[in-house]
Amino acid sequence: MNIDLKTLTISEASELLASGKISSVQLCSDYIERIEKIEPEIKAFVYFDKESVLKSAEESDIRRKKGEHFGSFDGIPVSVKDLICVKDQPCTCGSKMLKDVHSPYDATVVTRLKEKGFIIFGRNNMDEFAMGSTCENSSYYPTKNPWNLNRVPGGSSGGSAAAVAASEVPASLGSDTGGSVRQPAAFCGVVGLKPTYGRVSRYGLVAYASSLDQIGPIAKDVHDAAILLDMISGKDHLDSTSLDKEDVCFADVVKSAGNSLKGMKIGMPKEYYIEGALDESVFADIKQTEKLFKELGAEIVEVSLPHSKYALASYYIIATAEASANLARFDGIRYGHRSQDSNNLHELYLNSRKEGFGAEVKRRILLGTFVLSSGYHDAYYLKAQKVRTLIREDFNNAFKKCDLILSPISPCPPFEAGTLLDPLQMYLADIYTISVNLAGICGISVPSDIVKNLNVPLGIQLIGPAMGESKLLKAAKVFEDNRTIRKFVPNL
Amino acid sequence: MKYDVVIGLEVHVQIKTKSKMFCSCPASFGEEPNTSICPVCTGYPGVMPVPNYEAIKKTIIAGIMCGCEIPELSKFDRKSYFYPDMPKNYQITQYDLPFCQRGEIHIFGKGFSGNMMEEKYIHMTRIHLEEDVAKSVHFSTFSGIDYNRAGVPLMEIVSEPEISSADEAYAYLTTLKQIMQYAGISDCDMEKGQMRCDVNISLKPSGQIEFGTKIELKNLNSFRAIHRAINSEIERQQDILLSGGKLQQETRGWNDDRMTSYLMRVKESAHDYRYFPEPDLTPICFSKEDIENLKKELPELPEIKAKRFVSDYGLTEYDAAVITSEKNLADYFDDGAKKTSAPKILANWVISELLRELSNANISINEVKISSDDMAKLVNMISINTISGKIGKTVFAEMFETGKAPEEIVREKGLVQVSDEPEIESFVAKSIQENPMQVEQYKTGKTAVIQYFVGQVMKLSKGKANPQAVQKMLKSKLDA
Ligand SMILES: [Zn+2]
Repeated sequence: MNIDLKTLTISEASELLASGKISSVQLCSDYIERIEKIEPEIKAFVYFDKESVLKSAEESDIRRKKGEHFGSFDGIPVSVKDLICVKDQPCTCGSKMLKDVHSPYDATVVTRLKEKGFIIFGRNNMDEFAMGSTCENSSYYPTKNPWNLNRVPGGSSGGSAAAVAASEVPASLGSDTGGSVRQPAAFCGVVGLKPTYGRVSRYGLVAYASSLDQIGPIAKDVHDAAILLDMISGKDHLDSTSLDKEDVCFADVVKSAGNSLKGMKIGMPKEYYIEGALDESVFADIKQTEKLFKELGAEIVEVSLPHSKYALASYYIIATAEASANLARFDGIRYGHRSQDSNNLHELYLNSRKEGFGAEVKRRILLGTFVLSSGYHDAYYLKAQKVRTLIREDFNNAFKKCDLILSPISPCPPFEAGTLLDPLQMYLADIYTISVNLAGICGISVPSDIVKNLNVPLGIQLIGPAMGESKLLKAAKVFEDNRTIRKFVPNL
Repeated sequence: MKYDVVIGLEVHVQIKTKSKMFCSCPASFGEEPNTSICPVCTGYPGVMPVPNYEAIKKTIIAGIMCGCEIPELSKFDRKSYFYPDMPKNYQITQYDLPFCQRGEIHIFGKGFSGNMMEEKYIHMTRIHLEEDVAKSVHFSTFSGIDYNRAGVPLMEIVSEPEISSADEAYAYLTTLKQIMQYAGISDCDMEKGQMRCDVNISLKPSGQIEFGTKIELKNLNSFRAIHRAINSEIERQQDILLSGGKLQQETRGWNDDRMTSYLMRVKESAHDYRYFPEPDLTPICFSKEDIENLKKELPELPEIKAKRFVSDYGLTEYDAAVITSEKNLADYFDDGAKKTSAPKILANWVISELLRELSNANISINEVKISSDDMAKLVNMISINTISGKIGKTVFAEMFETGKAPEEIVREKGLVQVSDEPEIESFVAKSIQENPMQVEQYKTGKTAVIQYFVGQVMKLSKGKANPQAVQKMLKSKLDA
């Protein structure tokens, strides 16, 4: 049968495979064909190995024929952001620094997907070392927004979001340190989930800011995001910060979400809705969403996150401090880019890092090194940690009054490509997503509307407490089923 | 002018564990370069550390044995600096919440130089746990890095600047080593780099409160070298100060062959290590109950063991000190002593025979072929006169060589001591008959000549006769 990739979800693909209407080889071949057709315009991938994908698809089909398949998702392709390690594949983090570096091992999320028969379907473009909000800070090429090629897909998991939106792959795994899954998902009209810190193992995720990083799924709909979360979450002995999974199947929670949010309290932080802080289109979208939630039976309550205004400063201090140490290992000694004209060890370090890293990465390493330096450590790093504690308490207090929090993802629709040149302006656009990482809680981005004159989607954010994914996914699903626009499909 | 010597020691001890601190690579020594490595201990992108609880437990045990306080909350931190032997260019170590805080080492008795030391407690500031770095090897045109050592659990033990002589430093280190060995924490073999020591040393005019200029000594490869280096450094500093010179803060290396130190580097501006809490590891909490449970598992301290050997086995303090100087030797003796009614004789044999042979053969007590059981059996055979002490030495030599049981050797060689009257009687009769001149001497009062007869009988019996029985019988025959 003909497969309509543009709307195909993981759950539908799974049913088609189970019924024998399609094979994994056919599914993968169709995606490959689509990639070959539209990838030159989108540039969402940095690595794709057609041969190995088809080989895996054949193996999956053989398993299924014998009745030995690894569960119902065997043979379905999923791509990963270029900072998640897959054995024997390059893992470059969008950086020249790691251009020829291959991973000697699988990330835990990759192991878990492979165990379920998922086919790792290439690697997606990203802002170098996950530092950026546009996917333009890649050492390869900028990725385009499939809705409007003059707009950015968001970042840093821009390649993942664009690939899913452009139906080059049904889903992808990204990483979210300050919004890097949720914001590109919103910009591309797909679903992006940032799980609770510790819910998904970080083993095999190249670290940007270890206390904030979390791997999350980018998918066509809430159900698919839940399916992937089921697959990848849970305690991992290789990541001692990972958490045990409670006895729940998120996919089932979504399936039985129903069509009402009666009894649910949705908080709206008063600090988030100051006039003029939001683009008109975003403000209108939030108002419309608020109305819809009310209609669905939810109670809207005002909550306060009084320390929100310090979140951005706190975030950029903590994230860059950790990054300055995490990225220290890229020195040209053991692997990665090594400068060819150095006369001694010191020069080798300097030149390798000078040539290997892009400007934004250097900026953040310098910032992080500075805030940890003796004499500045207490005023910056320590202060930022204290603010972080206050922000966490803000959310704890807010969640005493509500089940979930409704907020925008970005203060504005997707930026025009090549226009966000001022780094500070870029940092400011993270304002609605970073607090979730600082607090270690969960958040989801769900497409909500389309800005007609720009032809770009908008997304809303729902925020849940730590380990509150069940509630979060349920509300997201009910919203998804009742929003005005049924399906978000770009014209490609 | 008289000067006070102020010494502080910074000791690094590799903890004996199956695997490295944060990965599952074997923590072994002497493998081919870069064979005990994995993505974690070579700092590959994406890897995460997983703490080795055996190493943490051993650090806490070391702390308890040194009388440290064990805080309920500890954590790991990152210490940043660039060097090729640091795979991540930061080291996972402990900054402000180490596993053990404050402790002490009791030193007393005769020092290494032979002089008596004042009994005192040297305090330690802290014991913390970290990962060892790799080993750089420099060749003529390039340098190599062996990552086998990278990530091996390493304890850092920092003393207060309370040591005031080379003897005290030596005693502190010896006691520390003993404790580590006793607790099974480390073999502390300095040659293998399992124990490393940096010495901070300064002089100040007697009675002055503020410290003098601190000199750091490195490249110290044995306790003996440390003793020599400290004495040499005290002399060097004293000479400079007495001649009106000024010291500069510097790091000096020790050349043990030439018995002199050399300037390595003058103190640069302080390193900024930019410590911050390791976000890849959660803080580690110990309840009072955890600590109490660990205390139950603690091995006996060497000092306590020596006291027990004196009271239970009747050893002299000196013998007990010699035997407890090394844990394995003490255990060996302790095992044997439980199986003999003559522990004092066993101690003599261990100290005079066994230790000598070990040193001749240049092997450790772990490698000896004689089991402690067999050693006890040998002592038992001697103490109940199955064999004589002299034959015992022959038997011991063969045991040492082959590891055979003493009774087997005695049986094979027919060395059983003859206490049997008729057999001895015939030897006695024969010796009297063959030596009329000596009989005459005896009869005229030169009774000491009886030893001559004993010797004759022993010769006739090929050493197997029991000398006491022989003497008794000779006496009665000659006196008759
Ligand atoms: Zn390893």
